[in-house]
Amino acid sequence: MILQAENPIVEVHDLTVSYDRKPVLWGVDLTLPAGALVGVIGPNGAGKSTLVKAMMDLLPSGSGYVRLFDKSINEVRKRISYVPQRESVDWDFPASVFDVVLMGRYGKMGLFNRPRKADKDAAMEALEKVGMQSYADRQISQLSGGQQQRVFLARALAQNADLYFMDEPFAGVDIATETAIIELLRTMRDQGKTVIVVHHDLQSAADYFDWVVLLNMRLVASGPTEKVLTQQLLEQTYGGKLTVLSKVGELLRKQEFPSREKR
Amino acid sequence: MNAFWIILTGSLVATCCSLLGCYLILRRMAMVGDAISHAVLPGIVIAFLLTGSRDSVPMLIGAGLLGVLTTFLIEFFHRYARVQSDAAIGVTFTWLFAIGIILISVFAGQVDLDQDCVLYGEIAYVPLDLWITESGLSLGPRTVWTIGAVTILIILFIVVGYKELFLTAFDPGYAAAIGVSTTLWYYLLMTAVSLTTVASFESVGAILVVALLVAPPATAYLLTDKFKTMLVLSVLLGIVASFAGYYLAVWLDGSIAGAIATITGIEFMLAFLFSPSKGILIRKKLLHPVQH
Repeated sequence: MILQAENPIVEVHDLTVSYDRKPVLWGVDLTLPAGALVGVIGPNGAGKSTLVKAMMDLLPSGSGYVRLFDKSINEVRKRISYVPQRESVDWDFPASVFDVVLMGRYGKMGLFNRPRKADKDAAMEALEKVGMQSYADRQISQLSGGQQQRVFLARALAQNADLYFMDEPFAGVDIATETAIIELLRTMRDQGKTVIVVHHDLQSAADYFDWVVLLNMRLVASGPTEKVLTQQLLEQTYGGKLTVLSKVGELLRKQEFPSREKR
Repeated sequence: MNAFWIILTGSLVATCCSLLGCYLILRRMAMVGDAISHAVLPGIVIAFLLTGSRDSVPMLIGAGLLGVLTTFLIEFFHRYARVQSDAAIGVTFTWLFAIGIILISVFAGQVDLDQDCVLYGEIAYVPLDLWITESGLSLGPRTVWTIGAVTILIILFIVVGYKELFLTAFDPGYAAAIGVSTTLWYYLLMTAVSLTTVASFESVGAILVVALLVAPPATAYLLTDKFKTMLVLSVLLGIVASFAGYYLAVWLDGSIAGAIATITGIEFMLAFLFSPSKGILIRKKLLHPVQH
């Protein structure tokens, strides 16, 4: 079931992406609504991160094209932001929390310009939003996983973009951080921002997102959460893992979402 | 006066190499410096054969082009042939260096270059090659002018591109997403490394260039957690090594380049043992629990 959004902020047309001539995404064709919290969901290796990276043109695509804000990506780079997976960088890098958050302002500053007071204020404000202001001078090597994730989020917030791509922001963070992050994402959505989140936890998906994209190398479904998170579509997405699925399906039917254990 | 010129040359080379080395080691590309410093050889020889002079400018251009070609080949083999990046580095630079050696030996009669000079350099000869104007005024050693100009270029490059170099070294994925070209800054950095390498070549030799590209930045990395401090500290460590190395060489009556490289190694060992934050002898006492 692939539903189209009205006035879409993201349009993906017949996108195919291959690694080493082996396709990981096949003919994905979808639209996403503006001002929504969108979850990209699927099993490991389904191409969730690949889809998000291809939307930002960080990977060469085999065929198809993407339009953001009804423009080509390079015209709107200043309006988009990206929260990469936490593991994608070296946290032993000699930088402070503030240094990293300030990077969120680099795109707007341009070459030659040094950060001004307005940039520093914006970075500090972003740190406050994620509750990390007292860590500004802390070395990034001393942060826990949840704190690293908050720093990445603060960097994206400092950018004050309109469209955010987040790759597994909830992976390996404690429950307090997860709650804080989802609250923040909801606030952003309510301010009219669009947030696209790669997510792997089915239980929380129904609760978190307005719009869900189900992916397993091919696009299985895309549409409002209540229409897409059905047992039948989940089975299509996750294939053989039925035991887990029937349990999840039952949960979905009852609309009960027990609080998760603290990891 | 000779001591002054030799130490000045050493310090200028150390400044360029240490600054660029900071970016190389943080990008986990320290050995690319090694590769470039060897692979520029055919570029130097070809530039010499084409122009017939040992003027610095054509050689800088020839070597710069070869340096960029080297990094391009390494990226190409790694990305498209799926060879491990260290293997790609090894294959590329030994092959290019070998071509350079063959060129030298084939045109031996015409080329005033030899392998020993290229590999080991001879910083002691710096004060002998003076730049004397037509009116007979001596402006000091030619090498000092070349490497001085390159030093100014490198410092300008780092000042102007500080944000972009920092960002693309730390998080290339994010940089690309917000529209900072990772490819452009990668090749600019590699061009800078090539320039530095070849400008340092005849005076200090490839081996000291490699030592100065890696050892002072690695030492500074052990001593600080701040990137700007790391840049400044690695330059200071490089300059101290030039001074101490010169006097060590005088005392031992040995190779100056060798002595400078030795001092950089000693600096690294000292930092490894006694660094306040990361030294193995002190670290255990200071470890504080990470807050969650």
